[in-house]
Amino acid sequence: MADTAPLGAVLAVPFALAVLATAAAGFDAVLSARAERGSGGRALREAAAPMRESVRLLGQQRRRTNAADPLLGRLGIALVPVAAVLAAAVLPWGWGAATDPAVGVVWFNAMEALAWAAVWLAGWGPNSALSLIGGYRFLAQGLAYELPHMFALTTAALGAESLGVGDVVRAQQGLWFVVWMPVAFVVYLLSAMAMAFWGPFGQPLGRDLAGGAVLEYSGADRLLLMGGRWLLFAVTAAFSVPLFLGGGNGPLLPPWLWTLLKTAAVLGLLVAGRRLVPAVRMERYMEVAWMVLVPLTLLQALAVAVVVRNR
Amino acid sequence: MLGDTVFWVLSVAAVVSGAMVFRFDSMPRATYALLLSLLCVGGLVIQLGLDYLGVVVILMMTIEMAIMAVFMVMFMMNPAGLMPMSMVHNTKGAAAVCAGVFAALAVGILLAPWPGRAGTMPDADPTKALGLALMGPQMLTMMTLGVTLFATIVSTVVLATRRGRYDRFGDDLRTRPADDPVRGGVGR
Repeated sequence: MADTAPLGAVLAVPFALAVLATAAAGFDAVLSARAERGSGGRALREAAAPMRESVRLLGQQRRRTNAADPLLGRLGIALVPVAAVLAAAVLPWGWGAATDPAVGVVWFNAMEALAWAAVWLAGWGPNSALSLIGGYRFLAQGLAYELPHMFALTTAALGAESLGVGDVVRAQQGLWFVVWMPVAFVVYLLSAMAMAFWGPFGQPLGRDLAGGAVLEYSGADRLLLMGGRWLLFAVTAAFSVPLFLGGGNGPLLPPWLWTLLKTAAVLGLLVAGRRLVPAVRMERYMEVAWMVLVPLTLLQALAVAVVVRNR
Repeated sequence: MLGDTVFWVLSVAAVVSGAMVFRFDSMPRATYALLLSLLCVGGLVIQLGLDYLGVVVILMMTIEMAIMAVFMVMFMMNPAGLMPMSMVHNTKGAAAVCAGVFAALAVGILLAPWPGRAGTMPDADPTKALGLALMGPQMLTMMTLGVTLFATIVSTVVLATRRGRYDRFGDDLRTRPADDPVRGGVGR
């Protein structure tokens, strides 16, 4: 239970996560604007686009559909940001996490898994076929990404011989895990995008479904779901830093600055890299995940286990 | 004090949401009421000091119930579970069975010669103790269980799928790539 932060820092976690997610969304909007209009000076103005969109959505009316199930729908919507913030509770920010339980890695995994329920519930709520298909798509995607993802998490925990996130960071004071667990790191980044149904894995909210699970939502509902997705993406991407990139470990600079730099690097890489890859449909990813990624991550875990056993 | 409050809130929520499974008229609501009940149970397990087991209950049950909702909707009659439907049938017989089971369990609890607590709680990490127990004395049980579960999964899929290898690879099993309605990502 070391590194547990005071109450003020605990209350700051949702806001810090929101700032991180807004920055990532802003960077994404700038890149989109540059791709559309060339590298004019005006593209940078798009950095405020996520904020503008949020304010616009806050002033919008809520759309109601016939014979909807608002209880489950709103529960699903609210679960997305709530799951992201709960997962962020064990995320070390460089000066310590809000809490560092002995089973922090499992806790993080459990909170991410709430997204399974959240997206399906959000798709079920409005009584609309296309949005329900979006929910089903996410469950199929979940079946594809979850097993390799769990093996990647297990590999990091195995290397540290602990399920505590603080212990995982301390175990990387010498060599970062990414160096001797590259497969687990890459698989982790893939599943981070998949579980935030973002980027190449955005099919549950796909254009071919006119928006999928988010189709019937407007106003604050839409803001919570789309903003919650950025929160989820930010927290899962940021969690790769303590798991594989050494957390706050690094020369000269203080730990919080290292954490921030590494987190920004991972988020920047994913946001920029998303433009280079096509959309991955879940049935295609399913076969890749089970035929290629599961054996690869198992071999990676075996290699790490052998190293750990012999040291 | 705080511990008592948490215990009672979680317990009451677990029982109430468990009862709501049978009061709701919609398959997804019933499924997610059951999930809420199980999440509360996970919280109670954490309160017992078994952090790992509690969090794993939360993790596994969330995924399991999300999948189960799909199956419950899929396999219900009256066109699928998409319509409002009653969650109970044979109410009188079920009430009699429930009362009987409850009475039997309560009598069992009261009459069983419970052993006194031997020793104190071990200082060791309960997660590690669990791992040692599973991988040590219970290894044979877990291996048997694992293989049985895996065989069940495989045989269920084999029984449920309409297409076999002759549909995929042709009568002489030589068609490459396989003739699948949905192509996977590996290109087999």
